Amino acid sequence: MNISASYRRTILTGLFMPMTLFILGAYNGVMQTLYRAGVIHKAAVAGINYYQGLTMHGVINAIVLTTFFAVVFGHVTMSHYLKKEPPGWSYRISMVLMVIGTLIDAILMIMGKAQALYTFYAPLKNSPLFYLGTSLLIVGSWVAFFGWIKMYIDWKKEHPDGKMPIAVLGTFVNFTMWVISSIPVAYESLVLLMPWSAGWTEDINVPLTRMLFWMFGHPLVYFWLLPAYIAFYTILPKISGGKLYSGNAARLAFLLFLILSTPVGVHHQFSEPVMGQGTKLWVSILTYAVSIPSFMTAFTVGASLELAGRKRGARGLFDWMAKLPWFRSEYYLFGYFLCGLILFIFGGLSGIINASYSLNQMVHNTGWVPGHFHMTVAGPVLLVILGMSIYMYSTVSGKPVKFLTMVTLVPYVWMIGVALLSHGLMAGGLMGEPRRTNMGMSYTNPESNLFNSNWIPTATVTMFGGIVMGVAALIYFVSFFATALGKRTRQPVISLPESEELHEEKPIPLLHNMKPWIIASIILVMLTYIPSLMNVFKYSTPVSNKFNAESPVNESGNNDKYSQPVTNERAK
Amino acid sequence: MAVFFFALLYNVFARKIDVPTCIPYQASFQQSLVKQVDNTHYEVYVIAKMWAFDPAEITIPVGSTVDFYLSSADVVHGFNIERKGVNLMAVPGAVNKVTVKFTDYGTYRIVCHEYCGAGHHNMMAQVLVTYLKR
Repeated sequence: MNISASYRRTILTGLFMPMTLFILGAYNGVMQTLYRAGVIHKAAVAGINYYQGLTMHGVINAIVLTTFFAVVFGHVTMSHYLKKEPPGWSYRISMVLMVIGTLIDAILMIMGKAQALYTFYAPLKNSPLFYLGTSLLIVGSWVAFFGWIKMYIDWKKEHPDGKMPIAVLGTFVNFTMWVISSIPVAYESLVLLMPWSAGWTEDINVPLTRMLFWMFGHPLVYFWLLPAYIAFYTILPKISGGKLYSGNAARLAFLLFLILSTPVGVHHQFSEPVMGQGTKLWVSILTYAVSIPSFMTAFTVGASLELAGRKRGARGLFDWMAKLPWFRSEYYLFGYFLCGLILFIFGGLSGIINASYSLNQMVHNTGWVPGHFHMTVAGPVLLVILGMSIYMYSTVSGKPVKFLTMVTLVPYVWMIGVALLSHGLMAGGLMGEPRRTNMGMSYTNPESNLFNSNWIPTATVTMFGGIVMGVAALIYFVSFFATALGKRTRQPVISLPESEELHEEKPIPLLHNMKPWIIASIILVMLTYIPSLMNVFKYSTPVSNKFNAESPVNESGNNDKYSQPVTNERAK
Repeated sequence: MAVFFFALLYNVFARKIDVPTCIPYQASFQQSLVKQVDNTHYEVYVIAKMWAFDPAEITIPVGSTVDFYLSSADVVHGFNIERKGVNLMAVPGAVNKVTVKFTDYGTYRIVCHEYCGAGHHNMMAQVLVTYLKR
């Protein structure tokens, strides 16, 4: 459909700006692998220190890029399926808030005023403005959602018998979950952290802030993932040449995410002191349950792909895989989707290991964890973001994709890079290699007393992976910006490949009504988090600690003898 | 997946491989301590602080069982004993506890695996498990 100029500009800004910042995010990612492998034995390179770079890498790649994409992809899917534009106030206010929030965060991170990494890490403090910037970004994404609700209500009035398209259901599920789960983090950052960081309050209950963060932090990963799932269900079957195997299965998978995403956050806290063992085991079980919709997706998408292979002339048991449009530039999106899905097999399985209660003790906070999530967030999530960003930029701006061959090759190179990187990180993690650590200064520096030769080979594999990923990203950036700065040759439109369903399925009323699922979701959240909160207040106490990452002096003035720096005797 | 789950439960109940225990916070855990309870049993209060562990070196005989009580004096730290699968977080305002048996001699490094500021990568301690008498 054709679109108004202001809506078009909003969508293009929402694609262009995070992609520009992603250059910084990707650069810092590659640099980290160099530090960790012991190639660089410095605290900082080019004025960006390791932990500042790590903060940028996490915040830009995992919060800014993903949130912008979820909103823009939401705009495009909603408009494509409902043939409407959202109300002008919603997309304008939403984009303005998100851009301002992001600019505040970006400036603070570049100035080094925010280097407590992306989980906020109280009692290390960031500038109070950082918490404000992040909150603006999140609230901006809510405003877009409110516009879509209005749009859907209007559409429903015009089409009283119309059933909610799968992509619309997926978007609604995703943003409902997002609003529910970002309430605790909004409370954490605006009520607890911002006044504490500004110096208006002194005491802070650290376990409470951590619990609230992870109550948001795990649904956040599904917020990244669900747009990719929407693409797998509604776009992939079409471009591979088949049909969606089952629409009802797709709907059920989305609705299961709605109830199960939020109450599983405690599985990031298995090693922490304040949660009871019962709560941890319960959350382990819930996390196994949330893997079910992913297994369902693997089945439905796999079946749809087999169908596509057979339509393309496959006969045997496995040759449908070879018949799919690999390396075909007219179907370049296929490579992005499939490379992501291949990585996700391993990403998902390693995630089940992380969630497995006592097994988590082997891997918690070691290199294994980034090894795992680079195969999820830097696998299907990022590849769908890259593929769809260039696709949407091209159709919405009316500019043709430049360097099409390169664009087609990027996901395959990227997949090889991620496989190497994750292998190195996971193997190192099993040997105790810590994550989020500038190992080049100590553990992988032969000059240091802390040198550990066991970690050199794995950190080196990680580095090769990182460099390959860097090359893929570089090729992508050249193509993306060449496309974005090119000349318009076509009419700007909003259009997505649209998969048909294989069977005409009986509509199941439960799968068309979100209300019971939202209620179930709130009940499950209560069941998990009321015991967790009781644990927090039973086992912990607020402390008046406030620290800058650069110095061990307590800014709250409570420098008793235990807070004084003690040099590590081995390091002398 | 069910098999997987029952393997976990088996390890928890039969082999006592479990997640850390909760201890209500008490200020007395803020004082580092290595205490021998009996011939083979030790209690160690570890304080994590920017950017070292106190005590930085713990020497115990082979075959000892150690109860570690971990707390933090400033920010959040990590505590990972290599080869023992001990993995704790040191959170200010809370106390974490785990019991470990050291059956083999050797040096077990303890690495801080949670970002705790500019000196994070230098934060390490060790457990020396030895046949030697002091």
